[in-house]
Amino acid sequence: MYIIFLLIGFSVSVAACFLGAFLWAVKSGQYDDDYTPAVRVLFDNEVSGTKQPEPKK
Amino acid sequence: MEAALQTDIQHCYHCGDTCNEGPIVAHEKVFCCDGCKTVYELLEENNLCTYYTLEQNPGITGKQPVTESRFAYLDDAGVEAQLISFRNDSICKLTFYVPQMHCSSCIWLLENLFKLNPGISASTVNFLRKEVSVTYLHQQTSLRDVVQLLARIGYEPAITLADTDGKKATKPNRDIIFKLGIAGFCFGNVMLLAFPDYLAGAGIQQTYGQFFSYLSLLLSLPVLGYSARGFFTAAWQGVRQRIINIDMPISLGLAALFIMSVYHIVFRNGAGYLDSFTGLVFFMLIGKYFQQKTYDTLSFDRDYTSYFPVSITVIKERGEEVSVAVRNLKTGDRIRIRNQELVPADAILLRGQAMIDYSFVSGESEPVEKVVGEVIYAGGRQVGESIELEVVKEVSQGYLTQLWNNTIFSKNEAQGIDTYANVAAKWFILVTFLVAAGALLYWVPRDTDMAMKAFTSVLIIACPCALSLSTPFVHGNTLRIFGKNKFYLKNTAVVETLSKIDTVVFDKTGTLTEPSAAELVYTGKALTPAQQQSIKSVLRHSTHPLSQRIFQSMAGQVQAVQQFQEFAGKGLVGEVSGQLVRIGSAAYVGVPADKDALKTTVYVSLDGMVLGFYTFYNVYRPGLKAILHDLRDKQLSVLSGDNNHEAARLRELLGEEAELNFSQSPVQKLEYVQHLKSENRHVLMVGDGLNDAGALRQSDVGIALTNSITNFSPSCDAILDASAFDKLSQFIGFSKKSMNIILASFAVSLVYNVVGLTFAVQGLFSPIVSAILMPISSLSVILFATLAVKFSAKRAGL
Repeated sequence: MYIIFLLIGFSVSVAACFLGAFLWAVKSGQYDDDYTPAVRVLFDNEVSGTKQPEPKK
Repeated sequence: MEAALQTDIQHCYHCGDTCNEGPIVAHEKVFCCDGCKTVYELLEENNLCTYYTLEQNPGITGKQPVTESRFAYLDDAGVEAQLISFRNDSICKLTFYVPQMHCSSCIWLLENLFKLNPGISASTVNFLRKEVSVTYLHQQTSLRDVVQLLARIGYEPAITLADTDGKKATKPNRDIIFKLGIAGFCFGNVMLLAFPDYLAGAGIQQTYGQFFSYLSLLLSLPVLGYSARGFFTAAWQGVRQRIINIDMPISLGLAALFIMSVYHIVFRNGAGYLDSFTGLVFFMLIGKYFQQKTYDTLSFDRDYTSYFPVSITVIKERGEEVSVAVRNLKTGDRIRIRNQELVPADAILLRGQAMIDYSFVSGESEPVEKVVGEVIYAGGRQVGESIELEVVKEVSQGYLTQLWNNTIFSKNEAQGIDTYANVAAKWFILVTFLVAAGALLYWVPRDTDMAMKAFTSVLIIACPCALSLSTPFVHGNTLRIFGKNKFYLKNTAVVETLSKIDTVVFDKTGTLTEPSAAELVYTGKALTPAQQQSIKSVLRHSTHPLSQRIFQSMAGQVQAVQQFQEFAGKGLVGEVSGQLVRIGSAAYVGVPADKDALKTTVYVSLDGMVLGFYTFYNVYRPGLKAILHDLRDKQLSVLSGDNNHEAARLRELLGEEAELNFSQSPVQKLEYVQHLKSENRHVLMVGDGLNDAGALRQSDVGIALTNSITNFSPSCDAILDASAFDKLSQFIGFSKKSMNIILASFAVSLVYNVVGLTFAVQGLFSPIVSAILMPISSLSVILFATLAVKFSAKRAGL
């Protein structure tokens, strides 16, 4: 049963790693804007050199 | 495409405006003006037409051409240094505020700036804050080029005096998120370690109890020292100011909980209440976080510096025009103000026809005509041709800026002294101590050990966490509901002040009236359609705002006009198909002036015969009558910077008891509100202009009304979108309702406290009771507060 000491040690340190990751993410400003990235991800990468087709009415 | 050309109403391919004045057809597309066409061509040339496929007609109208010489001040190294946030050998970084940004096409284009100017290495948009962070290579391009590029494509960044004043935007405050993260982490782990104790009983507890307890203690330290620090410091501030606030009973409870736990762990081999302790802090921080909702794009603390431009054109002795920072403007400088530009300092008119629109600074509804030699006060906007002025006072000494020297702007408002929560806290502390002392008295003769336990248990259980949670959640939800209805509060404390309002003061121009509209009434001989056409044709050539308004109100085609002439301050003359048309003041067309000289009138004469005149009336906002009816239980007043020609109509709208004050200066407005407050009234001020800034600041709640929330609005407690003006009385009513909800949730938390206290005084309080009771009470109060606000909002139709 002494394995429990080891396991708890592991679990707490893994959790601490995630906490560290969270704090780093907050610090680097990833939580400052929760809207623009959601729009940005939908923009297509353009095929270079070809014109975008115009919308036909 | 052919079909689109044939439809009656044509919309500009770039900006979506209807093409009134003959569409420009180019590249198989329709444009409303040359500006739009130019932007399209620029984007097309650079292969950026995705802009038009992401959203329909995303552009910003190019009708007002940008004079690029205006940006010359950006070449000034001093200005540049103040705007740039980072600079090294090769790159510069800075952030622009671009209020025009409104859709995903905007984001796309602004993030592809590098295709238009290779000197820009990256640009990132923060849409909610309406900001673009640009990184550029300063060897390849300059700040001025970047700003000019933005202006050319319609996204001219708003660079105001405030940006160069060193008042850099403070870093986003992430403190609360850190605290919340750490509290959550510790709470989760401590709870995990506490479970075996509750579930398995003695077996595991004997083997591992010590280890678990000490580990929990270790994990609680950051919660005590960092996450919960805010509560302790607030309580300490309360002690020092001799005010009882809600943080005091909270800190007392938290301290009792922690000390008891340490005692149990160290001396009794027990488990302690650390899971309850960390949990409480975690829940209360959620409440704080929820309360902290802010509107990033809105600024509630603006003064005149965010309204004034950064630079101005100064004419040097030899006639050359130089762009100079407004701060460096000296008495005696000659400046040039173009159409739609702001006069930054009190100045004397030297040359040109000045039509100054003061509506935003003084509340006068119509632009004022100034003749050479008159003083023009800072803050006015020139409408019409460009004028030359000589500065008589420096910017900080001007008539308008003097208002900010009033002490009211320098002192911070003492906030939240008698909020519901703090009043409740007083009673809470009193009752808690009475109960605790009672338990102590009862147990001491019987069992001293039990006496200590009961005493501390009462302090722990009475920790008013539920009490402190209900206020932030009710207020936070109310704030969000208001926000959905385009009423943006500065912070949650405003909800409570708003509910206590008993006096409402309105500004007239721009608040009660629609600033862009005026009601036109024609008096005189009826005009034939042909006559109307002639008048309209002549008016078309005038840039005078009154001419423009009459022009827009008339139907019909325009015809060619010969020998058009405009006489400053008098009127217009022109010949349409042989007919001489004169439009202007009474004196100009040659009739005695109307008795009611305060009204704005424009006379019309054809071939020397006076036909009649147009009178301008203010147009009151739709729904005004209904609001004033709903607010009849409060004292109403109007403070207007305008003259009293609308007095009769206002009297009719507001009723007999209302106070109407006209020709009020900004300082008089401030003093009026001050006077009301000295009579112990709770004043709500609704205003829109810089002239209301003092009154807005002085009042209990100052609401700035604005037609576009991204525009400049004076410092205030709340910003109301003009389209939601008709809901004003509903908002006040709802703020009262949410105060009732707080009272109700106080009652809910009281039930838990009574249950908990009965355990506590009997000495039956244990970690497991605490572990069950605390989260349940917290969560149910949160749930109750949220649902009750949502429900009553639905019923109120908000």
